[in-house]
Amino acid sequence: MPDEVIDCRGQRCPLPVIAAARRMPEVPVGTVVRVLADDPAAAVDIPAWCRMRGQEFLGSVNGPDGPAYDVRRTH
Amino acid sequence: MSASPVYLDAATAAPMHPVARQALLAALDDGWADPGKLYTQARRARQLLDAAREATALTLGVRADEVSFTPSGTTAAHGAVLGGLTGRRRVGSTLVHSAIEHSAVLHAAERHVGAGGTATVVPVDRSGRLDLTAWSTAVRAPGVALAALITASHEVGTVQPVAEAAAACVDVGVPLYVDAAQSVGRVPVPAGWSVLTASAHKWGGPPGVGVLAVRKGVRWESPWPADERESGRTPGVVNLPAVVAAAASLRAAAADAAAEAARLAPLVDRVRERVAAEVPDVEVVGDPVLRLPHLVTFSCLYVDGEALLHALDRRGFAVSSGSSCTSSTLRPSHVLEAMGVLSHGNVRVSLHRETTEADVERFLTELPGIVAGLRAEAGVVGL
Ligand SMILES: Cc1ncc(COP(=O)(O)O)c(C=O)c1O
Repeated sequence: MPDEVIDCRGQRCPLPVIAAARRMPEVPVGTVVRVLADDPAAAVDIPAWCRMRGQEFLGSVNGPDGPAYDVRRTH
Repeated sequence: MSASPVYLDAATAAPMHPVARQALLAALDDGWADPGKLYTQARRARQLLDAAREATALTLGVRADEVSFTPSGTTAAHGAVLGGLTGRRRVGSTLVHSAIEHSAVLHAAERHVGAGGTATVVPVDRSGRLDLTAWSTAVRAPGVALAALITASHEVGTVQPVAEAAAACVDVGVPLYVDAAQSVGRVPVPAGWSVLTASAHKWGGPPGVGVLAVRKGVRWESPWPADERESGRTPGVVNLPAVVAAAASLRAAAADAAAEAARLAPLVDRVRERVAAEVPDVEVVGDPVLRLPHLVTFSCLYVDGEALLHALDRRGFAVSSGSSCTSSTLRPSHVLEAMGVLSHGNVRVSLHRETTEADVERFLTELPGIVAGLRAEAGVVGL
């Protein structure tokens, strides 16, 4: 389960990625942040951002709130 | 002050080659009649069409009667896919294609699936190169009617292992269709294919001319309503002046292709190196070596692709983008998606025979400031 959720529904890329990037340094290492984002580009860009930034992409889930992407702060 | 224009979108449409322009003007005078008729004017038109076909066949390394001219690269691709499937419908109804085909091929595949057929999509790796193991497995499955592979990615420039993919098809008797739109007139296309398509405005010919080549003995059957022109492969009268111009410019482009590739490839390398070094948080995508000589793609983190295109346009630079905000469907490019690379802030730069080193230098000099400006506006500096 995620430790916290950022709601980026209705936002177009790159905004969900920017939101995740802003939040990440504010949470303790090890925290799992879930990004809710219905822009289809998020499915590509959130994992790509994790790879570029060395954060851990845990996977995506498609729940009642729509597509969601889980990221763990690793450093 | 408006900046002087630098056109860097040859992969969409190359500026018309001077030979194309000359041939087009001459053919407007000489080639307006219907080549199918029997009077003098028609015979002249027929001669022009025959000569255009001969020249195109020579460049492609095929027989003249294997070549048909279509109204675009898109219709050629539709015909190649649907005709290849129709011709082998008794064998099966599976189309195998890579995940990075042009939308023309994907839309033909959708049509096929909508009509009850199946499609097997073969993935690519992070560099945009076909997974050959998955390809070989896919074409070996029972019921495969046709396999389709783009020769080189139109979005990221990665050259595909066409010879190896063709060998896998030959082993199992599956015909291979290659969409060679980004290769013809620039780089050699490996042998082994059964059906090939190309598009004249990619090599400096006029827009609205496609080429469909079907090798002898291939079981390809026209998917269109019957029409006897162009060996029955594509209906309707050809735009003869444009076809003449396309053929003349193809011969000219092919003659210069090796020299142009040698001139442009180092400029592409320079873009790859300098963009990576001088623009922070950028992902230069595509294979660094196995690539087209004229095309390079990169994505800038936290930057909106549409805003980037507009900012570049204001400085005189015409480029293309695979970012979702620049597409009518608001979906990111399926090519970038298949590669798993950043899709926003994406720019494709493609060079042509009029591109100078100074053009590329000016682009490289201005780009870092343009990206930095957009990031500052968006408040994403230092993220
Ligand atoms: C790889 C590829 N195939 C097909 C096409 C379609 O060609 P046309 O623009 O002539 O319809 C293009 C051009 O967009 C292309 O790049």
